[in-house]
Amino acid sequence: MNNNRHVISILMENEAGALSRVANLFSARGYNIESLSVAPTDDPTLSRLTLVTCGNEQIIEQIVKQLNKLVDVVKLIDLSETEAIERELMLVKTRAMGEQRAEMKRLADIFGGHVLDVTEATYTIELTGTGSKLDNFLRAIEKDAILEVVRSGATGIALGQKALRA
Amino acid sequence: MELLTGAEILIRCLKEEGVEYLFGYPGGAVLHIYDAIYNQEDVKHVLVRHEQAAAHAADGYSRASGKPGVVLVTSGPGVTNAVTGIATAYMDSIPMVIISGQVPTALIGNDAFQEVDAVGITRPCVKHNFLVKDVTKLAETVKKAFYIATTGRPGPVLVDLPKDMTIAKTEYHYPKKIKLRSYNPTIKGHAGQIRKAVDLILSAKRPMIYTGGGVILSDGSPELVELTQLLGYPITNTLMGLGAYPATDRQFVGMLGMHGTYEANMAMHGCDVLIAVGARFDDRVTGKVDNFCPTAKIVHVDIDPSSISKNVQVDIPIVGSVPNVLRAMINVIRDEKLKPDAEALDRWWRQIDEWRAIKSLSYRSSDEVIKPQYVIQKLYQATNGKAIITSDVGQHQMWAAQYYHFDRPRQWINSGGLGTMGFGLPAAMGAKLAFPDQDVACVTGDGSIQMMLQELSTMKQYRTPVKIVNLNNHYLGMVRQWQEFFYQKRYCMTYFESLPDFVKLAEAYGHVGMRIEKPGDVEGALREAFALKDRTVFLDFLTDQEENVFPMIPSGGSQNEMLLAERDEMVSTHDEGMVLL
Repeated sequence: MNNNRHVISILMENEAGALSRVANLFSARGYNIESLSVAPTDDPTLSRLTLVTCGNEQIIEQIVKQLNKLVDVVKLIDLSETEAIERELMLVKTRAMGEQRAEMKRLADIFGGHVLDVTEATYTIELTGTGSKLDNFLRAIEKDAILEVVRSGATGIALGQKALRA
Repeated sequence: MELLTGAEILIRCLKEEGVEYLFGYPGGAVLHIYDAIYNQEDVKHVLVRHEQAAAHAADGYSRASGKPGVVLVTSGPGVTNAVTGIATAYMDSIPMVIISGQVPTALIGNDAFQEVDAVGITRPCVKHNFLVKDVTKLAETVKKAFYIATTGRPGPVLVDLPKDMTIAKTEYHYPKKIKLRSYNPTIKGHAGQIRKAVDLILSAKRPMIYTGGGVILSDGSPELVELTQLLGYPITNTLMGLGAYPATDRQFVGMLGMHGTYEANMAMHGCDVLIAVGARFDDRVTGKVDNFCPTAKIVHVDIDPSSISKNVQVDIPIVGSVPNVLRAMINVIRDEKLKPDAEALDRWWRQIDEWRAIKSLSYRSSDEVIKPQYVIQKLYQATNGKAIITSDVGQHQMWAAQYYHFDRPRQWINSGGLGTMGFGLPAAMGAKLAFPDQDVACVTGDGSIQMMLQELSTMKQYRTPVKIVNLNNHYLGMVRQWQEFFYQKRYCMTYFESLPDFVKLAEAYGHVGMRIEKPGDVEGALREAFALKDRTVFLDFLTDQEENVFPMIPSGGSQNEMLLAERDEMVSTHDEGMVLL
């Protein structure tokens, strides 16, 4: 069976401990979390949590059921089962000296990134996109040039008129 | 409006919930609550001798009565001691509300005296938990706790209550109803799925009904009996499900699983349609999962969607409460006058009767030494099969399950999921408080009983006359059995060279003690003990030291690979099985 990557988006009560219930569930049952991002929504009593995990069909089915079983979880959607947009934010601090400086700017432009901070020797670049696009950027620049990488983890939203609301 | 302290509010809430008994142990963080208990008589407090026993006693009370068990412990060691009891209840889906004291809000996180992160520690073994940080939310939180604990798939819910919350005052209002947008269990089964299931069930040539603790928890036994008898199909119960269908009825083929009967496991293995109700395909039941019911289409009724297709993929899942779904099935069958295939069913029963004729529960009797199975058979007779039986964990638990024929739900109380030694005695105390006029016996062993002995003191104080049936073989018998079979009799740490004199011990606690050493004295001793209506009696039966539990499916084996007593050479299990328990 295939270990496919799934992006699961969860609407949950914005209560203390709600996040640890989700994290605890994954460690207690031996499921993987590749990334996790969470913040309150327009309704401050609700949080939206996006997590990326992988597993075969049976494992994903169990993950979805176990998440739904948590009392704090209001609703969830497996974005991999529908047409959806997935985005991740990345901040990269790179070396940018001499010839490297122009090349780095050019690559950032190609990937639709912005340079947020400039020093004599470095750039700090902001990039958004799918996880694989961000991976590609990191592969495109020289490995030695990378000083620091910060990634938000994926978030996502389904396409079309349907919305995940309480 | 009158202002009440948090402690007073808590006790009022418990009263509103109809709480009869509160099992607990005081301490610094809960002193205000104990003061509120002092000033009233509606909620009776049972002072245990160890917090683990508070949870087990509340658990036994709940399993016997169907009402939620309620526990009150202090912060720190109070709540950590209770954790084993909470986890026990969680694994068997027992409705329970635990109130734990906590250090004052201002000290939380400061490593204060008797501080522990109770919400964090209990998170993996509760259905849900709360930390109360605002006294005005206390009543609502208690209401939520009871609602969550008792609905859907039941389970323990913990409310952690900082000391300042018990002192602060506010207006008291107990909500009549509660609605949670994030929690809404499915009760009614999907009509289309029920229809499909009925068609499959009626098409069966070799049907089998397999039911678990969910039938008992949902009070679904009447519907189960009605459906089973309407169909005329064979039925087996799991360890947790015993009593849901009367064991003395011909359609009952005994318990299934690792120590189930030959006929139950063979019928499971050979069936073409399996009707699983309120059971969770536990590893003790399935054996080797890949070879579980290899020829069966499976219908699974359960209130918890995550129980469905967790261990075994099923063909027709139905999420809903057992009595609700079974009633709907009965209605379809009756309304449409549907009939099973009588000819095929007759053939199937003849096959099952052949398996039954093997008498897999037979054992070699003795005039010299007391056989543990014999004690349970005599216990059954002495109580006319009507006693509430609690058990601890080990060989005695299996023998009680095999040889005491439970005819009604809530008659058999044991720790099936977590397998907690020490459960039996406090659970018996809880059951006896729920049903003071019924005989309650705790079937235990010399290992298990020593884990909760201190409760003999509580039982004296609250006059809960329980009969303790100790099958004393000087061994941790179940572990010894495995060492015999799979570790070439290297009995490492399973023999008790020193045991207390249980007769004197019982007497020291103010109870009656009896030691029984000869098979001829078993029946007389049991009758004498049960005649002592108002006394707790400790019956110490010195039994055959190396008796084994049979039949047995070794770990990793399939349902049709059973070992029967005395007949089969015990071969060591394969590597895959050795990894399993």
